[in-house]
Amino acid sequence: MGRKRRKAQVDSADCVACGCCVKVCPVRAIGIDRGITARVDRDKCVGCGKCAAECPASVIALQEVEE
Amino acid sequence: MKKRWYDTLWIASLTYLVLGFFNILFAWLGLLCFFIPLIFAVAGGNKGYCNRYCGRGQLFGMLGGRFGLSRKKDIPRWMKSKAFRYGFLAFFFAMFFLMLWNTYLVFAGAQDLKQVVTLLWTFKLPWHWAYHGTLFHPGVAQFAFGFYSVMLTSTVLGLVTMVLFKPRSWCVYCPMGTMTQLICKAKNGRKPE
Repeated sequence: MGRKRRKAQVDSADCVACGCCVKVCPVRAIGIDRGITARVDRDKCVGCGKCAAECPASVIALQEVEE
Repeated sequence: MKKRWYDTLWIASLTYLVLGFFNILFAWLGLLCFFIPLIFAVAGGNKGYCNRYCGRGQLFGMLGGRFGLSRKKDIPRWMKSKAFRYGFLAFFFAMFFLMLWNTYLVFAGAQDLKQVVTLLWTFKLPWHWAYHGTLFHPGVAQFAFGFYSVMLTSTVLGLVTMVLFKPRSWCVYCPMGTMTQLICKAKNGRKPE
């Protein structure tokens, strides 16, 4: 049984690529991919949820993933 | 997080609005907010302006965040739909070209300079104190009044959605943001892989 961790997940279809999430991430796990959408580096993400709270379009959710 | 020089660009946005209150010709500086994002998108294929340098976004972020002037609720689903975002972009474009047309009419001498700022495309606010005559053609001032109207209208809309929803809700339907994202999609391919 792996440990369950929370990771940020971006709904790319509705992401406006504003970059608000990038500014609040404490571990630099999120970036804007070529002006189209935000993208999370799952290895770096600590699941703090700051990006999800900040996102003006509310397109970031925390998902439980097994490691 | 370390503060960088560009994190204080909200001061520039605020200064812009204040300057336009005293002398409308400063409104011309607003063209920077149009051309810089476009240069980022067209030349770099990114939304670097939104991501780092947008002073207006910072202003909303600060007022809604640190100053607590936002309910921090989710924006309605329809406001982040493509239909609304693209529709708002088209509407903004149409209004922008109407403004350019009015400027042209003043340049051509077919219309007199109107010393008003039009808020929300409807309400004509007296603004004559910001015009002191100029060496330039009245058309130059007409463009300034028109452009300041665009900037003030978008600020007011941004402030309203900041209070109602999240601080930077404006970013969701900002026409410049939508346009630069479209350019990036066209330039980099639709699939964000």
